[in-house]
Amino acid sequence: MDKIILGRYLPGDSLVYRLDPRGKFLLTFYFVGIVFLANNVASYAFLLAFVIFAVFLSKINFGFFLKGLKPVFWLILFTVALQLLFTPSANPLWHWGIFTFSKEGLVIAGYIFIRFILIIFISTLLTLTTTPIEISDSIESILKPLKKIKFPVTQVALMLSIALRFVPLLVDETTKIMDAQRARGVDFGEGGLIKRIKSFVPILIPLFVSSFSIAYDLAIAMESRGYKDGEGRSKYRVLSWDRRDNIMVIFMAAVTGILLFLRSY
Amino acid sequence: MEITFEHVTHSYNPNSPTANLGLDDVSFKIQDKKFTAIVGQTGSGKSTLVRHINALLKPTSGTITVGDRVITPETNNKNLKPLRKQVGMVFQFPESQLFEDTVEKDIMFGPMNFGASADDARESAHKMIKLVGLDESLLEQSPFDLSGGQMRRVAIAGVLASDPETIILDEPTAGLDPVGRQEIMDLFKSLQQDGKTIILITHNMDDVANYAEEMAVIHRGKLIAQGIPQEVFNNQELLKEDLLTLPKSAAFAKELTEKGFSFEKLPITINELGTEIEQQLNGD
Repeated sequence: MDKIILGRYLPGDSLVYRLDPRGKFLLTFYFVGIVFLANNVASYAFLLAFVIFAVFLSKINFGFFLKGLKPVFWLILFTVALQLLFTPSANPLWHWGIFTFSKEGLVIAGYIFIRFILIIFISTLLTLTTTPIEISDSIESILKPLKKIKFPVTQVALMLSIALRFVPLLVDETTKIMDAQRARGVDFGEGGLIKRIKSFVPILIPLFVSSFSIAYDLAIAMESRGYKDGEGRSKYRVLSWDRRDNIMVIFMAAVTGILLFLRSY
Repeated sequence: MEITFEHVTHSYNPNSPTANLGLDDVSFKIQDKKFTAIVGQTGSGKSTLVRHINALLKPTSGTITVGDRVITPETNNKNLKPLRKQVGMVFQFPESQLFEDTVEKDIMFGPMNFGASADDARESAHKMIKLVGLDESLLEQSPFDLSGGQMRRVAIAGVLASDPETIILDEPTAGLDPVGRQEIMDLFKSLQQDGKTIILITHNMDDVANYAEEMAVIHRGKLIAQGIPQEVFNNQELLKEDLLTLPKSAAFAKELTEKGFSFEKLPITINELGTEIEQQLNGD
């Protein structure tokens, strides 16, 4: 659990932390979109420089971002290898059966590698600098227009924040149950596949049972505190959009402009 | 089995910004066949400490010796079963570990994992359910149909069924009613008198005074006091800094001292207090 960096929040304080989470959230998606506009060395270099600049602004140790690559390392390697070996070319450098290795393949593989890095770094940056609750508030705020088509935005937002609130609790509960079963002689991750799958029964059943009982208790507690449905509730956590966030949007627009320029260059 | 901690340090999430020290250079000995209580404020590292005894956690540095088994930072996860069979552990709210479809199967789960035959395990289940004060007819029921107190007893029976030599109890009576509390504590005391080592984590100083022969006080991952309860409860320094509270009898005795009573040694149980007061009233 400790090894996965993607999707984890790291407490800290810097410019990136103080930005409005809605802006960060949307612009992260926007950035993932414009990554695909890059088509030559100059544009990729520019995007890489931008991401490194953003990481620098966040004041987070760069090592964390490298750690974030670890879980997807094999996926990157696999994709890059496929590109290297299967890009069709008129004058391959090397050819053997179905495999071709060419200059074009090398370039495309390089682009894809950088693209992976860009997307993973920027999304790691979002999750490292934004608390889960800020992300769920942003989603609620962004989904608000869907109310017009009768989409239950407030309920979904509440579900999201309860789900997020219970992630650490359930992780704790899982560790505790695993420890308790280990103390009773269960070996997790040992033996054949069937044995391994079977060893999860003593974790999953107690975990589901306790989730149901937590949900039941929470529902009663919410009702007794006057909750009826999502409608008509006020909001305690208010997101504020200020000058910094405007600058961020303008900055992103400039990035897009330069990117378009470099693309046709 | 004697349990020895030598300069044990445990760090959570080592080498990351969120690293924190669970245990800080703890050295002490838990005596064989005695009843040892470990007390300390919430988050002081008591649970971290006891999880080292059956190698659920491994030290970041230092060694733990359990009988003839030595646990070091390099100890790997293979072949820990013999150790875990010897050291039974009742976790806080152990009822959350129940999962089988009948109580009997759940109690049999531990012994079977440790290699007991189904017949032996069943026999053990029948013995243990009576030991924890439940009726044998419950064996055929689903553990999820039981009351909270009964579930707790079934979970404890499930740990005792493997016949561990050392039993670690992490607040076993939290959330039980007073009668249930006393029954469960008396059960552990009688197990100790039958030759088992008991290690109890608790916030209840009356339990410490009534049952424990040894106690250790942990604060912020460090062992700050150790000895027989009688002496530790006399440690004025700890009391002054609120690192330790007195059992009810001792607190009452202290108030009596202010009104002119004097006790040779601090009475920590209600019986000691009663005897002392009786003697002093008769003597006057």
